[in-house]
Amino acid sequence: MLGPLDYVFWLVTALLQAAVVVCAIRVKAFLKYFPLNFYMLAASLFTAARYFAMHRYGFVSAQYFYIYYYSDVLLTICLFFALMALFSHVFREMGAKLYIRLGAITVLGLTAAVSYVLASRSQDWIMSKHGTQGKVVYFIAELSQNLYFVGAVLTYVLWGALKKLRETRTQLIQLVLGLGVYLSALAANYALAVLYASQYPKSVVWRIVPDLMGLWLPIAWGYTFLRVPESARLEPSRVVSGRPRPVAGTR
Amino acid sequence: MITAVILVISMFALLQFFISYSRSLIAAFSTQPLSPQVRDVAALHGRDVSGEEFVRLVQLARLCPESRSDRWPVSAVTNYFRMLNFVRTISNRLIPSMKAWTERERSGCAYFAAITLDRRIAYSRRLMAQQLSNQH
Repeated sequence: MLGPLDYVFWLVTALLQAAVVVCAIRVKAFLKYFPLNFYMLAASLFTAARYFAMHRYGFVSAQYFYIYYYSDVLLTICLFFALMALFSHVFREMGAKLYIRLGAITVLGLTAAVSYVLASRSQDWIMSKHGTQGKVVYFIAELSQNLYFVGAVLTYVLWGALKKLRETRTQLIQLVLGLGVYLSALAANYALAVLYASQYPKSVVWRIVPDLMGLWLPIAWGYTFLRVPESARLEPSRVVSGRPRPVAGTR
Repeated sequence: MITAVILVISMFALLQFFISYSRSLIAAFSTQPLSPQVRDVAALHGRDVSGEEFVRLVQLARLCPESRSDRWPVSAVTNYFRMLNFVRTISNRLIPSMKAWTERERSGCAYFAAITLDRRIAYSRRLMAQQLSNQH
């Protein structure tokens, strides 16, 4: 069952996700980073919807189970498109918008196909007692996990491109890196769970990492929108190597 | 097997992203030079700030009124510093060549903490000046 800390995480996460959208509107970055804000808005609404489903039907109910997995895959797809929007920002000057869209749809389609093949071969799928709906849930759970990993790899590719192109926009760099931490932590957590959850089913790790990451992304993005001005510039070499710093002296 | 590969790749990416994110916060703060006032207050000498000074500088910064704009970077960089300390402890035994890297990074964290202290002192002075002007 859920403890008080779980409810605190739930409430704070929903509030922070909504706060990111408010921050973006306040600094007039809502439309510029619309897919990111749309994801945050959807995440906030789904977090609230999950709470109401849990409150009404119970944590172990089928209704909560379905709402959790369906909302999770929808949010992961939204996040995937948010990542593609960051790609568009980086490659805007090259006029590669169409190629990025085509690439995004192809990667999404391929990930869905691979997830379907992997899900259909699993024991859970074969032994599913919930019929077609149960199989759909296994498929979307697989798709969600794979999208986190694909997202982490694509964010790494984007980070590589940022370094190669000597991108200096601090806002863009911090949005990409914040997302990278979020996706790679969740992908690692899913992989750990697959490897060890059967041995340690009650380990707190499987729940605490998604909870912490649920806080990380809105705080990192909210800070970037609110405190990093659009005009701020960063030398990429300082992020890659951590050097050089200005010579200390008087202002 | 595939899951283990996914785990290794994800952990490697997580480490890279976290280091780069922390560095981007440090770099955004460290564009400004340290003022002579903060050097006097914190008894800092020389061009660089030693990594050993980080904890003391953060403690000094916490004594000043908090400016909301630096709460998140301070928290993220403090966690980065803890990670560096952990890496330093392990690498001293296993990979001694990592020592120079961890020292350089810890020094960057300390410089960030000194700038934070500098900004907070400036913020306190502004607050004080505002209060005094309101009284008159």
